[in-house]
Amino acid sequence: MASRIQKEARPDTMLINMGPSHPAMHGTFRIMLELEGEKILNAEVEIGYLHRGFEKTCENKTYFNLLPYTDRLNYVSPQINNMGYAMTMEKMLGVRVPGRAQAIRVLMSELSRISDHLTCLAAMAMENGAFTVFLYMMKAREFLWDVIEFTTGSRMTTSYIRIGGVRADLHDGWRESVKTAVAETRGVLKDVHGLLDKNQIFLNRTRGIAAMSKEDALSYGWTGPCLRSTGVLYDVRKAHPYAIYDRLAFDVPLGEYGDNYDRYMVRMREMEQSLRIIEQVAALIADTAPAIGAEGIEPTEAVRLGRQHKPAQKIRLSPNLEGSEKDRYPELLTADAPVCVPPKEDTYTTMEGLISHFLFFMNGFGIRPPKGDVYFSVEGGNGEVGFYVVSDGTDRPYRLHLRAPCFHLLSALEQLIRGRFLADVVPTFGSMNMIGGELDR
Amino acid sequence: MSGFDFLSTRFDTALGWARKFSLFHYPFITACCGMEYMSAACAHFDIDRFGAGLTRFSPRQADLLLVVGTVSHKLVPALKTVYEQMMEPKWVIAFGACAVSGGIYQNYAAVQGIDKVIPVDIYIPGCPPRPEMVLDGLLKLQEKIQKEGQDWRWRKTP
Amino acid sequence: MEKDALIGEIRQRFAAELESDTESLGDQVLIVRREGLRTVMAGLRAAPFDYAVLLDLTCVDFLASENRFEMVYHLFSLSRNSRLRIKVSLPGGNPVVDSLSGLWKNADWLEREVFDMFGVGFVGHPDLRRILMYEGFEGYPLLKSYPWRKEQPLVPLKD
Repeated sequence: MASRIQKEARPDTMLINMGPSHPAMHGTFRIMLELEGEKILNAEVEIGYLHRGFEKTCENKTYFNLLPYTDRLNYVSPQINNMGYAMTMEKMLGVRVPGRAQAIRVLMSELSRISDHLTCLAAMAMENGAFTVFLYMMKAREFLWDVIEFTTGSRMTTSYIRIGGVRADLHDGWRESVKTAVAETRGVLKDVHGLLDKNQIFLNRTRGIAAMSKEDALSYGWTGPCLRSTGVLYDVRKAHPYAIYDRLAFDVPLGEYGDNYDRYMVRMREMEQSLRIIEQVAALIADTAPAIGAEGIEPTEAVRLGRQHKPAQKIRLSPNLEGSEKDRYPELLTADAPVCVPPKEDTYTTMEGLISHFLFFMNGFGIRPPKGDVYFSVEGGNGEVGFYVVSDGTDRPYRLHLRAPCFHLLSALEQLIRGRFLADVVPTFGSMNMIGGELDR
Repeated sequence: MSGFDFLSTRFDTALGWARKFSLFHYPFITACCGMEYMSAACAHFDIDRFGAGLTRFSPRQADLLLVVGTVSHKLVPALKTVYEQMMEPKWVIAFGACAVSGGIYQNYAAVQGIDKVIPVDIYIPGCPPRPEMVLDGLLKLQEKIQKEGQDWRWRKTP
Repeated sequence: MEKDALIGEIRQRFAAELESDTESLGDQVLIVRREGLRTVMAGLRAAPFDYAVLLDLTCVDFLASENRFEMVYHLFSLSRNSRLRIKVSLPGGNPVVDSLSGLWKNADWLEREVFDMFGVGFVGHPDLRRILMYEGFEGYPLLKSYPWRKEQPLVPLKD
């Protein structure tokens, strides 16, 4: 592509191309640099290598069907995207979500946020040479993903947070998994603080590099940890509280200079705050008897008995992702409007249940919000993740637009690296946490 | 005649053994599957115990191209360039549903499977695949490499 | 200043450029005439309104209607913690609107994206070219008239 930099470059300088397939270009991203020796005179950024047509696809799918596409936007913190979309639709439809579901949503969001920050800092540290930090943080991430997997069935892209609530209850023994995950993450954070905070090499590569002023950051539309590293206090969880965030006590860490080190430190401190939130939420979620364990014989035992005759006893199905759901519905999914899949006990046994099942899934039926448009945002790992939905009254969105936080962050990259050295590109880009799915949609 | 065949099959076995246990992979990472690639490569699921742990970030030094994630039409020239820069013998693994067949994206932007662009040896489905599936795919590739053998036409008399 | 005072002040200040203002699900929406967009935006960015952040800039294609495109801007004021949505209607035949890249720096990339996806032109933009799609792609993907599954491969694909 005949780019601007190729036309503007002086004939005596070197043009170097980084990407789109490059170890430090988290995913696909291309930076073209005009170098004089090691100094960057001019930079041009080219994105769009992961453009997957999310917005166009959403115009052709029903509101319920497009939920998995939202998972794959910011794919390191998928539950936050799910939540953003679900809450946008709930605002449009005017439904209220039960308290337990809101608490579970916050728990999942914070687990996702920690995975997001862990991945970002692990990749940034690895590219600066600190490979141990990468391995430690990935280890902590596995424990977090264990909690997510036992509850939702999938490690990453879960489609768990649905319009109207959550898909299923937390799994049996969730308290232990959450406790293990929190303890492991705390241990890893302590180790990483010890490895990187006062490490002269890391400081040389990040302190004072690519500093951003408050005015510029606001002019570029920065939000999230990068904005907070410049000293501006704006966190959607505090400014426009949603779910149960107004009932939780947590701080919002701020940086000072807006350089790479501040972005790293803000993320580290945010992870500690997220752990605090998780502990508070875990205390808020009650242990209700039907949620944890149902009585009866084990499924394997039932299969063995069933070879001779139909077992007379009840079968102990997990109320989590399979089996009996109806009892759990009032606490997990809204009853305000038919925006969620009807429980299977009704669908398979009663006529009304079957009809309501069809009325949810048939073409032209299902979730049909009133005509109009809505904008709602949540605090994602990178900043304000906003969804703008235009509805024309049918079962498919007329227009769905994602306000991607890293799109705005990266529009400032050219300014940040101009005048710096080639080696500074790597920690700068790493600290901005570019996620291709979100950037290119 | 048979003596040479015996030696060549022994050599093929040894060559297959050497190649399959020292795969240098080039992770062509684009999207969400990259996260599962990172999990597979790290301590929990460890790809290194199969000999494939060393990541070579230059296609000239790699013999396994791991295409991880969705490939869009904009990226295809880069993918082809990387594939053509690799030297024989080379293998390609399509990692993830998007690389295998376009995945959930069937629209103007995504290529419906990278086998429309470059030849693929192993397909690992999943969205994203669990790290155990990645390791399973790698083991299948190792079986394939073991059976491949050298091209002996240069030695045998016509 | 609180909401009603704010709306009153906006109505007074931009009476010439403002077509109407409504409220949609708790969000304040202003409908602005195309010619007056720059004035309104510059005024909103300055004191006392203080909308320092351009949160989002996008476009909607209403194929059936006479004014085919509708530009939607979301502004945010940090000091007053309030959001504002501004809409501008553009005709289908010549969708051109003023660029805001002089006022907010992220407008640069956001407008390039709208140009890439819808073909809307921006007067005064420093470098208007495609950002997400590749050179050689014909058409504008997010238009309702562009078929969803029409691929334009750069390299000839095998079967």
